[in-house]
This record gives sequence, C-alpha cells and structure tokens, in this order.
Amino acid sequence: MAHLDIPKTYKLFIGGQFPRTESGRSFSLENAEGGTIANLCQASRKDFRNSVAVARKAQAGWADRAAFNRSQILYRLAEMLDGRRAQLVEELNFQGISSVDAEKEVCASVDRLVYYAGWCDKYQQVSGTVNPVASSHFNFSVPEPMGVVGILAPDEFGLLGLVSLFAPVIVGGNTCVILASESKPMCSITFAEVAATSDVPAGVINILTGFREELVPHFATHMDVNSIVYAGDNDPDVKILQEGSALNLKRVRIHRGVDWISSSSQGPQFILECQETKTTWHPVEVIKPKTGGY
Amino acid sequence: MEHKLNYNDLWAYAPAPEDSGHVNIRDRYGLFLNGRFQDADSGKTFETHNPATEVRLSEVAFAGETDVDAAVKAARNAFDKSWNPMPPADRGKYLFRIARMIQERSREFAVAETLDGGKPIKESRDIDIPLAAAHFFYYAGWADKLEHAFPTRAVTPMGVAGQIIPWNFPLLMAAWKIAPALACGNTVVLKPAEATPLTALKLAEVIQDAGLPDGVVNILTGDGSTGAALVNHPGIDKVAFTGSTAVGKLIQNSIAGSHKKATLELGGKAANIILDDAPLNQAVEGIINGIFFNQGHVCCAGSRLLVQEGVADEVIAKLKDRLETLRVGDPMDKNTDIGAINSREQLNTIEGYLKLGQEEGAQIHQPECSLPEKGYWCRPTLFLNATQSHRIVQEEIFGPVLAIQTFRSVDEAIEMANNTPYGLSAGIWTDKGSRIFNLTRRLRAGVVWANTYNQFDPTSPFGGYKESGFGREGGLHGLEPYVNFD
Repeated sequence: MAHLDIPKTYKLFIGGQFPRTESGRSFSLENAEGGTIANLCQASRKDFRNSVAVARKAQAGWADRAAFNRSQILYRLAEMLDGRRAQLVEELNFQGISSVDAEKEVCASVDRLVYYAGWCDKYQQVSGTVNPVASSHFNFSVPEPMGVVGILAPDEFGLLGLVSLFAPVIVGGNTCVILASESKPMCSITFAEVAATSDVPAGVINILTGFREELVPHFATHMDVNSIVYAGDNDPDVKILQEGSALNLKRVRIHRGVDWISSSSQGPQFILECQETKTTWHPVEVIKPKTGGY
Repeated sequence: MEHKLNYNDLWAYAPAPEDSGHVNIRDRYGLFLNGRFQDADSGKTFETHNPATEVRLSEVAFAGETDVDAAVKAARNAFDKSWNPMPPADRGKYLFRIARMIQERSREFAVAETLDGGKPIKESRDIDIPLAAAHFFYYAGWADKLEHAFPTRAVTPMGVAGQIIPWNFPLLMAAWKIAPALACGNTVVLKPAEATPLTALKLAEVIQDAGLPDGVVNILTGDGSTGAALVNHPGIDKVAFTGSTAVGKLIQNSIAGSHKKATLELGGKAANIILDDAPLNQAVEGIINGIFFNQGHVCCAGSRLLVQEGVADEVIAKLKDRLETLRVGDPMDKNTDIGAINSREQLNTIEGYLKLGQEEGAQIHQPECSLPEKGYWCRPTLFLNATQSHRIVQEEIFGPVLAIQTFRSVDEAIEMANNTPYGLSAGIWTDKGSRIFNLTRRLRAGVVWANTYNQFDPTSPFGGYKESGFGREGGLHGLEPYVNFD
C-alpha cells in the first residue's frame, strides 16, 4: 500500500525551539514546474530581536565552555549532519540542485564541520602572542569572542553557505543569528533539526528564513549585535549593513565571490575575523640583579 | 588615627625648568606634500599656541580639499613608482633611519611636544618620544618579514592610507599610524590634530632628512574639514583614525559601500578595580597614574575607580592625601605631575562635566593647589559617591577627573566595569593570581592592566572592544590592518 507523504512544516529556529514567526506570515517555495514544495516562515523584525536576545543570553555560557567541549559539540554536529545526508540531498534536489552537486554540497558541509571542530582548541595558539615588552612586565594577547554575530548566508548554497559561515563563528565562542538563503532556505531548517539534536546549547545557533530586503536593515542597526558576517555580492545590502553598523561600531565582514565548495573557503581567518584581541599586562618582580642566577 | 602628612611649606620645590632655547620652532610651517614643505593652495594658515601660556608658537598651513587631493595623488604616485616596488628590506632601513633620527633629536621633540600640547616634560621626555622612536624601530624590522607574520597567506599592501590622529599624544600617534603602514608597503597622508601640529611637522623634517622617496609620507595640517576631505577622497584605500567615538561612527558611516577599510581607535571609560586584598599603596599610585597621566587626556585613562567596600575608606583617604602632593603647573618644569589642559575648548568640556557631576549628586573633591594665571588648568578632581547612571560615569571626560564607585562582590565589579558602551581598557588590583585571571577574562576590554596601569609598548597590541573601536595597533596584530590578503 502506498504511503501518503507527511510534508514537513518548516519553522524558525530560535533559542533551541521551533516557533512559527510571530508575524504569522509565510512564503511558498516553488519547484521548476511551479508547484509548491513548502511554505516557509517569513521572519519579522520581532523574530530577529527575539533571536538576538536568546543569542546574547547564551553567549557567555558558550564561550565559557572548554574549547575541547566546543570541539566535541562541533564534531557531534558533523555526525548528525552526516546521518541526514540523504534527506538533505533530496531537499537540495527539490530546490533545483542536481544530484551530483547536491551530494557534493552535503559532503562538503559535513567535512567543513569536521574541519572547524578541530580548530576549537587551536586557533588561540596560532593567533595568540606573548609580547616581548621592554619593561619588566609579562604581556600576552589572546583572541576572545566578539559576542553576538549576525550572519547573512550566501544565496547560492542553501546548506554549505550557512555551515561555512556559522561554524567558524561559534568555534570562537560567539553565538549567532543566521538569515538563511532566500532562494534555497529548506536545508537551513533541516539543519536546525541537526543542531537541536547535537548538544549545541539553545541560543547558540538561531536560524531565520525570510526576505533580505526586509531584514538586512534590522541586522545592520540592532544595538546588541557585535558583528555582521555577510556573504554575497548585493552592493546595496552591503552599504546598508555598513552604514547601519556605524550606530554601535559593529565589525562588518564581507565575503564576495567565494567558492564555498573549495577548501580554500575555510581557514582560521574565518574564526579570527569574529575575534577581538585582548592584551593583558602584569608586572614581573625584579629583585636580583640580572647577572645573578638562581 | 593614621599619621597625616603636613603639606605646608616644607613641601616647596625649587623650580626645575627645562630649557627651550635650543629648540628651533619655525615661525611658519607649510604642508609636507610630496617631499616638500609648501603653502596651502588657498594660502590659508592657522596659529598654534602653547596652552600653558597662551603664547603663539607658530603658524601652519591650513589644508583644504585641493591640498588633500594633491597629497593623495602624491602618495599614490609614490606607492606605484617607489615604495611598493622597493625591496622590503630597504623599506625597513628607511624606517630604522627615522627611528634613529627621532632618538637623536629626542630632546628637541620632547620640548616641542610639551610646548605645543601642555603635557609635562617628564612625560614627553620619558614616554612619548622614546615610545615613538621605539615604534618605528619595531615596525622597521617587520618590513622584510611579513611572510612570517601571515604564514600560508599571501599579503599585499593596501595602497594609500589616510590617517587622522588626536592631540593627546601627537608624535606617538603619528608613529603608531605611519610605522606599520610603511612597513607593510603602503604610503600615507597623515592629518595631525589642529591643536598640536608641531611635532608631526618636525617628523616631516626627519622624514625629509632620512631621504624617504617623495610622497611616501605626506603631512597635512588642518581641522576637521581637512580630515573629512581625506576620509571621503576616493583615492585612499584605508582610513586609520584615532579620536572620539562620535567621529569614528561618522567615518564608518561615510565610507560604507566604498572599497575603503578602516581601523578606529576611539574613546574609553576604563574601570580601575581595587579589590580588598590589593597592595593599597601601589594601587593608589596606579589610580593616580591611571587618571592623571597626561592630564587625563588619554583614551585608556582609568577614569572610573571601582573600589571594594572593605577598603574604600582607606583608599579614598590615601587618594586624597596623594592628591595634595601632585604638582600642577608649568609643563616645562621637570617636577610637574599635571600640566596644562590641551586647549580652551577642552577645558570648557571638562568644566562642564565638573558642574554636571555635582548636579547629578556626586561629591567633588579637589586639592588646594594654586594654578598659574595664564593658560588652561584643571585641578585633579575626585567625584565621590558616583553611581552607574551618572553621565560622569558613562561618558568620556578626557580630563583629570575620577569618578569613584564602590562594590561588594567581584561579580558586581565586573558587571559595573562592563556596563558602558566602551571597552578599551581596564585595571585590576589584587594579590591573588587566580582572581586576576577571572577578572581579565571577563572584562570586555582590549587592554587589561593587572597591578599596573597605562603601560605601552610597540610589541603590545592596543585597541578596543565595543564602541571603543576596532583593529589593533602595536605588535604582530598591528600589521593586519595594513595588508590585503590575496
């Protein structure tokens, strides 16, 4: 007997939960033949603000976790994602990606998470410094998370784009609010289900679906967002983000023309672009003349 | 009852003035443009004064849009024809030359800095000028080693950097801006602050003497309109700005959508936190240095004192005593601790806050010191019983004014310290190592001094979190804002 499909309801992912948009709005995603594949939430400014609030609340706890623990959670994300490969390939198919390309994108996404999982307890060592100051002080610089990062995922890769941008951000102890690809948003919500079952604390990753035109200005001007990571080449959006960010001096990172499939689109620089540098000084006692040896 | 010091006539110091006779300050300075000093296209000039005496020191050219355009073109030409094609080791050698020449002329630089800006000669002599030379020396050595700074990544210079600096550390800020820019292969157009142009122009003389190719460094004196013309010029690739948060925001906004990148070193409102196990006498010295160094005209000044309740009375009593011994007056006197306020305008701002703090309900305390008749002066000031919502706690005053609050627990101190829009620096005083690291980790600030304050070094990255700006100056981290990654 043929099984009657149960189509999934695609909702937002905020604070570890799957609420519908508070606005009650949706937009439908169509396949090449014009048939509706799914109805997605059209997130509102209020949804975004709620997401920032939970991301802020989760940030200190996430940053305080041992780097090793964050590393294991990222790896767990990769495990869970790998287990959903077939489903994600199918969703990419629905959204017009060929099977070969879909398979490639999903595999690359899994690999990217594994790659960044390994960075959690290493980027500090490649970017931190002990500084040989001329006075009698011990002085060192370490990277620290910026806080809450707003991510505008690239449009062309519904899954890989999102993973490539948020992974380095959370590796570094930040939390994030992601606006998923507008034209290929399905995988982002399926990915949220992966995140929800991967020991990632609630609020660390928040995912919204909706319209750029509506939400970009709110990402730009929110006063409790520390940084914006944007991938794409929409010049007006970039300008809006950069202008609005001046309100509270958000650090804006723009990625243009990146080939996300390529392994050149990963690296510690993606982690460090959402890190501050903290420098600490402490006096060193000087008692004996320098010629003396202990 | 604690032993009280007697501050009467036994404490008189004999004057110990530094001699300014050997320092040549020209009657007029042109713009340093394409290797030559020249008048502004408009012929306009403005005067620079000694804030301690209100006496005119010199007259400098006022750069307008035409001059900015000429300077940017000269810098671009120098980038294309000489500086970028030059072997990196040779770029380094030019920077080493500059460092050495500043050292050779250090006394002259120190005197000029103090005359033009009002800071005590002991500070310009022992801090500003040696650090400026050290900064050039440090970055000189990086010029031919950039591949080690950025392993696995190919870097190229950005091109022409437009740099705008403030009046509180005129030569030092010029060094912070120019040295890493040149080491990475960029050329620069630098605009010194309107109130303190002289040492930058003397640096131009050094750059000329060092034989740098024409146009590699251009120095344009002027005011905010000159700076705006520079930031908005389409020919620059990079803006480096040190100054107020308000102007920093304007800059970030005005370059939005362009190819220009920016680093911004902006304001601060640092908490200096004294825990009850701190070595109190050292802490008191740290508090004094934190807020009264350079008349408090320091973006990372420890302008908020957070003191744990159990030791608050003792610390405040010691502070009041120490205030009595501070010597306020002639910046050229080698014993002076607090010199002149940089300008009439800044004095007005500070006095506005002194009035405001009292209106808000904090209690003002100033020592009974005499002030010179001419010039701009402000007594070192404590505000007791300040609260978190007071504007004197939230806003940068940029003067010798300390807002004092008390706290009970470490968590409370951290929350208070982080509760301003700024995040440039912080200080911690405690005898306990594990507590130091708890605090240094949780304070949202780019530089944290533990059991010390206001230390600077060319190898040590400096810069802020949050609305204190972004990017780092100094150290390995200070190279990144001046390169593009391929």
